[in-house]
Amino acid sequence: MLITRSLTFSYDHRATFQFPDISLEAGTDLLILGKSGIGKTTLLHLMAGLLSPGTGHVELMGTELQTLSPAKLDRFRGRHIGLVFQRPHFIRSLSLQENLALVQYLAGKRQDKARSQQVLESLDITHKRYDRPHLLSQGEQQRATIAMAVLNNPQLILADEPTSSLDDTNCLNVASLLKQQAATTGAQLVVITHDHRLKAHFQNSILL
Amino acid sequence: MNIVKLGYKNIADRPLSTLLSLLLLTLGVGMIALLLQVNRHIQQQMENNIRGVDMVVGAKGSPLQLILSAVYHIDAPTGNISLHEAEQLRKNRLVAAGIPLSYGDSYKGYRIVGTDHQYPELYKAPVSNGRLWQEPFEVTIGATIAQNLGLQIGDTFMGTHGMGEGSEIHDEHPYQVVGILGYANAVIDQLILTATESVWEVHHHEEEKSENHPGEENHAHEEADEKHSETTAHDGTPGEEREITAMLIRFRSPMAMIQLPRMVNENTNMQAAVPAYEINRLFNLLGVGVDTLSTIALVIMAVSGLSVFISLYNALKDQQYEMALMRTYGATRWQLVWLVLQEGLLLAGLGFLLGILFSRVGLLLISGLMEARYHYSFSGGEIIREEWQLLVASLVIGLLASLLPAVRAFKINISKTLAYD
Repeated sequence: MLITRSLTFSYDHRATFQFPDISLEAGTDLLILGKSGIGKTTLLHLMAGLLSPGTGHVELMGTELQTLSPAKLDRFRGRHIGLVFQRPHFIRSLSLQENLALVQYLAGKRQDKARSQQVLESLDITHKRYDRPHLLSQGEQQRATIAMAVLNNPQLILADEPTSSLDDTNCLNVASLLKQQAATTGAQLVVITHDHRLKAHFQNSILL
Repeated sequence: MNIVKLGYKNIADRPLSTLLSLLLLTLGVGMIALLLQVNRHIQQQMENNIRGVDMVVGAKGSPLQLILSAVYHIDAPTGNISLHEAEQLRKNRLVAAGIPLSYGDSYKGYRIVGTDHQYPELYKAPVSNGRLWQEPFEVTIGATIAQNLGLQIGDTFMGTHGMGEGSEIHDEHPYQVVGILGYANAVIDQLILTATESVWEVHHHEEEKSENHPGEENHAHEEADEKHSETTAHDGTPGEEREITAMLIRFRSPMAMIQLPRMVNENTNMQAAVPAYEINRLFNLLGVGVDTLSTIALVIMAVSGLSVFISLYNALKDQQYEMALMRTYGATRWQLVWLVLQEGLLLAGLGFLLGILFSRVGLLLISGLMEARYHYSFSGGEIIREEWQLLVASLVIGLLASLLPAVRAFKINISKTLAYD
């Protein structure tokens, strides 16, 4: 259950972003559409606890993010929120498998090889597990970054422009993969994008 | 996977800058450790050898040369002194003991020293095999010589005039090995000991030969080391004209230190030198060189610290996004700080280990060189106290070098870093 209430944020005092209230049941998804510069990424960072709002609050599973200490917030994020970024990023010095192990370690979870194996298989990149992820093809990188986001069975998956640099086929793939992964772990999926191609794939959408 | 392993992977992922940092650290640590070890070994050897020798008397000349030749057997003798005069001094009530030494000949580079049985006692060198010499031309050899030349009891050999191997051979008087000493870890391990009479007799015959063939005199005497002293005994006047090269003196009381050296230098034809004082002087002379080298090594270590810093700082610039990413996966600020510090410490620790390895290889090489040249060898490369301090210094350098990058890692703005990439 994700709830945001009367969120505002300002980078400086001249312009303040105001965001609509969001209330999302478990197992549902939400597409947030909007043009560039309207504060989409800011909203996503607020929901992930990467930024603290000027006013209002974010609540995930009954926990209000703003009440957590910085270290606890980091742990909470690692355990309960999976992030997918526009351009995939990894720890360059590690192989894909080691990246996944690190994600488990940082969330304070057991380093479960079977679980990472399962995720890799569901995304069909098992054969790339010993490769450095930044050397994979773009489609593989996008799948690898989804693997890292869903590995710890998060309650909330936040995706920031996951498809904007992809062609139509890959766009479709990523959208269905995200929905499928969210469904397997019973997570709420929030996708923020300016990419209208995605509109057809989501039940709920709001326009910023 | 954990932070330590990630740090190691990160370092391995930038091999060039890691190599440069390690190379500089290795050189700095290695040079300092090598200097420390060489210094320690030389000092140990030097001190081991002057134990029980309060003063050395020999012919007038350089006191340092007298000490180097009479105590350490690494320089040419200053000349000869009258045995009679030396005996007079030995009878002085302030003198507890005096050990006569007559040297100048050698066998395969090892010195043959005519002396009495007090000499092996001085170094507490036990007879490990056979016995001490009794008759002229019987010799008891040091442990290192026995090992290196493979000499055994009953073997005979000819002495060579002077120290060079190509010099004239005293072929009329073969020496016979009657005993082998155990290791004393002192100069005695490298000496061939015999009775003073042997040396007298060798050169007595020499004189006769020279008198018989006056034309050969130049050849016999001047070709050898110019400082080489003949230990001679002239016919018919035993005692009075007999000469030795030097005498090691032990005092009965500290009082003697004040009186005896001055007395000898002013009232006799001999020179007195105090080993402790001369060695101190030698170390002060060497100290300038050692100080210069340590300064260079310290500068290298400082540069290595800078190199570690630049390496980590550049890496952090590239890894800014990775750090932010790790935060989104649940890493705390302190985990990132620890990651950066730990990379610096790992480099420093690794550099220290390689440096110590480097110094030990250097020590081995120097030891081999010393062994071949001076018949001195170093043994034992255990970590000494100063090297533990060096480890601490290396780690402090690693820590300092990673401090600023660590602060930056702590202060990373995740949202901004993620948004502007």
